[in-house]
Amino acid sequence: MLALQILIDGFAISALYALGATGFTLIFGVSGVLNLSHGAIMVLAAVAAWAAASVLHLNTYAGALIGVATALIAAFATYFAVVQPIQRSTRIPNEEKEIFVLTGTLLWGIMIQELIAYFFTNNAKTVLPIIEGVVNILGVRTPQNEIFTAVVCCLVIALLWLLVNRTRTGKAVLAASMNPRGVTLLGLELTNIYIVVWAIYGILAGIAGVLLGMFLGVSSYSVGPLTASAFSIVVLGGLGSVSGSLIAAFVVGYLETLTAYLVSPAYRTIPALLLLVIVMYIRPQGLLGRR
Amino acid sequence: MQFRLLNVRESSLKVEKKFKKVERNDMEKTFRPRAFWTLRGLLGATALGLLATASGQAFAADPIKIGVIAEAQAIAGASIPQAAQLAAEEINAKGGVDGRMIEIVTYDNHSSSADSVRAFQRAVNEDKVHAVISSYISEVVLALMPWASRLKTPFITPGAASNEIPLGVHKDYEKNKYTFHGYLTSASLAMSVCDAAKDLLVDQKHMKTAVIMSEDAAWTKPLDIGYEECLPKIGLKVLDHIRFSPDTTDFTPIFNKIEGAKPDVIITGISHVGVQPTVQWKNQQVPIPMLGISSQATNETFGKDTNNASDGVLYQGVSGPGVAVTPKSIPFAEGFKKKYGNYPSYAGYTSYDEVYYIADAIKRAGSTDADKVVDALEKTDWEGTIGRIQFYGKDDQFTHGLKYGKGLITGLMLQWQDGKQTSVWPKEVAKGQLKFPSFVKVTAN
Repeated sequence: MLALQILIDGFAISALYALGATGFTLIFGVSGVLNLSHGAIMVLAAVAAWAAASVLHLNTYAGALIGVATALIAAFATYFAVVQPIQRSTRIPNEEKEIFVLTGTLLWGIMIQELIAYFFTNNAKTVLPIIEGVVNILGVRTPQNEIFTAVVCCLVIALLWLLVNRTRTGKAVLAASMNPRGVTLLGLELTNIYIVVWAIYGILAGIAGVLLGMFLGVSSYSVGPLTASAFSIVVLGGLGSVSGSLIAAFVVGYLETLTAYLVSPAYRTIPALLLLVIVMYIRPQGLLGRR
Repeated sequence: MQFRLLNVRESSLKVEKKFKKVERNDMEKTFRPRAFWTLRGLLGATALGLLATASGQAFAADPIKIGVIAEAQAIAGASIPQAAQLAAEEINAKGGVDGRMIEIVTYDNHSSSADSVRAFQRAVNEDKVHAVISSYISEVVLALMPWASRLKTPFITPGAASNEIPLGVHKDYEKNKYTFHGYLTSASLAMSVCDAAKDLLVDQKHMKTAVIMSEDAAWTKPLDIGYEECLPKIGLKVLDHIRFSPDTTDFTPIFNKIEGAKPDVIITGISHVGVQPTVQWKNQQVPIPMLGISSQATNETFGKDTNNASDGVLYQGVSGPGVAVTPKSIPFAEGFKKKYGNYPSYAGYTSYDEVYYIADAIKRAGSTDADKVVDALEKTDWEGTIGRIQFYGKDDQFTHGLKYGKGLITGLMLQWQDGKQTSVWPKEVAKGQLKFPSFVKVTAN
């Protein structure tokens, strides 16, 4: 009974983590950008979905769509207003650009966080679930929304896999992550590929944010922990490796759920962080990392 | 003052001359007059400043300044500066205090103790406030207490609950007498919850068992001790006691554990969290009712923030919309809603009262002198929006805490019903009967 409960809850959380981390790692893999405003964009999506439903009185589906659209806009804003100017700058030495991007996106994230707190308070907001009610799975009362969350996450990740491996655009993205210079030699504009990647990222972060808002609720305080959890999952899985991030997301998700149920909810995140430290010692490139 | 400044000028000129002897260059020629003019300017400004202060003291209509340091971004805290402003405007519209207007100076503390301390120093040293109203978070209030003593400024909290606040005043009265506890202590809150639970749950619904669920914070330590003591006395056996970190986001394991203990009711002690456990309680259809302290539920915006998952939640309050605790309660709540668009949180009621009784104390003291105001505040007997306000004296262990009891303040129990806050206890002010969503089983196990 308890084992089944852990299995079900752990799966939903892990799937959500996986979705959140996939976009994050994709951007790093393709353009070498560690986007520290990730948590802020997820929270922004959830708050926008909440506001659309609660303030503008739209229905749940419209709210969810507005949430994802907001994340998409925020992702483009991050790229065009923060990342691209730094990458194109002639005054910042090339070897320092990564640090500038890190700091820039971090500050950008804090700005979004403060704006959310200013306009919508720092209290948690929850998005009305698309499907309400519970089902009984072998004695475990499971919210249908939890199943919905897991299904949507798996579906979106599967679609992403198809996009990357089966379409021309996807193959260009994949190629850019392996050899950017080669891609430009083939006559493809690298900037266009970056725009595609940021669009994919925005949609993934948006869906993850809205689902998180439905499942657990978010507040402006969630910004830091969400960025940190995506970051540690991606580092654990190997920077830039999408499949590594998926595995790491499930490892972290289940480790947290096990701790919460078997030890105490207060120590939820500790074992996963310890694991991260151990992996850093033994295998600094992460589980499936290439570099 | 002026003499001393002149001396400084002279000595600095002497130093300059010495310097000149050692090394002469063109730079110095330009440097000397500039320093000279700066000093002159400084002198002039100081003199002007002195003049302004002196003339300021001559006017009787100098405003009474009250600093309000609060969590402007949190739903419980946002009502604090708003309600204070409303009270000040009302007092000023009636001519102020002996012709002196009340001026509210607000500071957002971002729920941080460090920010609050900086704001307190600024309020007293630069903005020259005469009293400070601050915060619903016990940790913040405990951090400000020593500053109220050091800067000798009367200081009242509208919403923190920790017993340590009045106990601290009692322990070192001479030092800490500037702090007043304008909200119920955790001990009184526990009593208020138990009083309501006895009538509503034990007598009406024949419940026998409970699990305490509280966040790990300074204010819940004495609250939990109070719960552990009074729940068995009213006939509710405590089956389990769960304390969780205030940054918990997934409450599934907690509700799971509680359900495992099979209690009739969950007794809550939550303030930093509120929206998330409430929504997850509904989404997971936890069949056990919740009753207790839930600070966020006291604000009207809670319904929207939870998409009405709040329906069925029972929370302790000192006042509430539509509840005539005193003749002042409803006019205040309605006035607040008209001005700000929503009903206030619990700390709004107390903050509103505080501005009034600070003004009353200053009037009685005939001065804004801190020690005189403290003396006058101790003698407060004010009918506010939450009841009759009096403070425990120097000899009581809860010195400067609000007196709790019949005829003073007893608190209420309210329930979220169909998206609205409805009072259900005590009988005299009850507007409705208990009503739960269909997934909650109200039975005795």
